[in-house]
Amino acid sequence: MSRGLVTRLGVIAVAAGIVIVLGFRLSDYHLGLGARIAIYFIAILGLNILTGYTGQISIGHGAFMAIGGYTTALMSYYHHTDLLLTLPLALAVCFVCGLAVGIPALRLSGVYLALATFALAVSIPQLPLKWSKWTGGSNGIRTFTSPGNNWLYRVCWICAGIAFVAAWLLLRGRTGRAFRSIRDSELAAASSGVSLPIYKTLAFGVSAAFAGVAGSLFVLVTNGYAQPNEFGVLLSLQLLIGAAVAGLGSLYGTIVGALFIGLLPQISTSVPLIGSGHGQDVVFGLIVILVMILLPNGVAGLLGAIDSRFKSAIKSDPTTS
Amino acid sequence: MPESDDRVPPAVPLLSLQAASLRFGGIVALDEVSFDVQPHTIFGLIGPNGAGKTTAFNVITRLYRVDSGDVLFDGRSLLHTPPSGVVRHGIARTFQNVELFPTMTVLENTLVGAHTVSRFKREGAMRAKAAEVLDYVGIASVAKRPAAGLPFGTLKRIELARALVSEPRLVLLDEPAGGLNHEEVEALATFIQRLRDDLKITVLLVEHHMNLVMRISDHVHVLNFGRTIASGPPADVQRDPQVIEAYLGGELEAAS
Ligand SMILES: Nc1ncnc2c1ncn2[C@@H]1O[C@H](COP(=O)(O)OP(=O)(O)OP(=O)(O)O)[C@@H](O)[C@H]1O
Ligand SMILES: [Mg+2]
Repeated sequence: MSRGLVTRLGVIAVAAGIVIVLGFRLSDYHLGLGARIAIYFIAILGLNILTGYTGQISIGHGAFMAIGGYTTALMSYYHHTDLLLTLPLALAVCFVCGLAVGIPALRLSGVYLALATFALAVSIPQLPLKWSKWTGGSNGIRTFTSPGNNWLYRVCWICAGIAFVAAWLLLRGRTGRAFRSIRDSELAAASSGVSLPIYKTLAFGVSAAFAGVAGSLFVLVTNGYAQPNEFGVLLSLQLLIGAAVAGLGSLYGTIVGALFIGLLPQISTSVPLIGSGHGQDVVFGLIVILVMILLPNGVAGLLGAIDSRFKSAIKSDPTTS
Repeated sequence: MPESDDRVPPAVPLLSLQAASLRFGGIVALDEVSFDVQPHTIFGLIGPNGAGKTTAFNVITRLYRVDSGDVLFDGRSLLHTPPSGVVRHGIARTFQNVELFPTMTVLENTLVGAHTVSRFKREGAMRAKAAEVLDYVGIASVAKRPAAGLPFGTLKRIELARALVSEPRLVLLDEPAGGLNHEEVEALATFIQRLRDDLKITVLLVEHHMNLVMRISDHVHVLNFGRTIASGPPADVQRDPQVIEAYLGGELEAAS
């Protein structure tokens, strides 16, 4: 095993240990918050596969979360389906939806793709209002049962763990390289035999599937309510911010991105005077701008820079060779 | 168009351009260009700047669609193959201005080249194979470095490795000698000959380095303003008045 792999496994083990210990220590309220962070973690992982690895921007991942969330809520409300069973269902539904969006998206890139996905983020959460007879309209629809925070914390983090391993397995070999080759040079990728339509669409499908599972769990942590305004444009933007903070194209930074968008609203509310009322949005925005300026490549970029400085320090030191 | 039966080719050509034409607005980049590339040969494609050489490569690799004419590989038309399917047929290429995956390591760049031959293969076996190819082109020592920031000559070799790892029958090299010094050009000449003689790969070579082309090519085809002006063995082409004219004209322009 290479040194890099050992280090990574070590980091993962420590992170998993912290998550498990916190599961026994946190208050009920903080368990709920912890579950949310796991959910952001899953959604950012998915977004990162599409935007970070394949180079296709999406400002519409809140829409896929909405589809996943409503899948869970509707199945539970109408069919009393076991909540855990609705997760793979949401995954499958969103995978198909992701493919369906990915195919027309093949014709778009850059700003145009951003706008098209933004349109998704705006329009999809409005659909429940149109079909309010079945979806409860703006009041939302509630799952048949709603589990407690302890259960949620565990389930969300187990899902996050599974999602991480799945993403790692998908990205480490041939498929991950095909994704990254498209991000780096579509021309060279195609000439090397990487089918752009297939891999771009696949990235959309997989990415949406992750978001779908995150959306299901998201409904569960909001007391089982699926409501249109929970899945608004802000959610999509938060995910993109989280992915940027994590560092596009890095799996390991994802946890920091999830912590960032999970905790920052809490922190910005607690800033005296300005943080109360609507001031929290101002504080949130300012912190995001600051982080983007200071960490243009996200946490992963920062770690990379520290690592290479460390290595060059070793190289220039004549005593070590 | 009537078939011309008066000339029987020595063997089935590996690649055949048949009256391929392509225009960009008012510019005729290829004007009814036809040529046959015989298997296990080095075929030099030359011509002054803007003659249509790179366009011919892009037509063969399906990045451009011909307005008329056909491209046959092994006797079958390529015109219905998507760009990503070309390499599956056994045609790999390099780019004039180097098209790599800058954030990926040299080894990963090479592994992308193995995309079509690595399905259902073990990752470890593919890495070993890619490492072997990197060794063959002489850049094994930088395998773990990101492609971005490496010297130009190294980048060209990464492209070669990426092309070769796909186990091609035909490689298209677009100005492989560009930016190389005298010794490197010598090494390149030997390298290309070894592709033909040892690996049995057919080479379609676009190059401005006349000495190199004339020395190693089995056949030279000359384009000027998208039209064929000469085609034949290097010795004949070198003496062709139209070719001399085309190149002299270019030189006069450059001198004035
Ligand atoms: N995508 C394009 N759009 C418009 N014009 C193009 C395009 N590609 C090539 N051309 C034009 O077609 C002509 C042939 O270009 P091409 O790149 O094939 O020349 P070349 O023989 O490779 O020249 P060089 O030796 O300078 O590389 C040129 O006039 C060029 O400007
Ligand atoms: Mg050219």
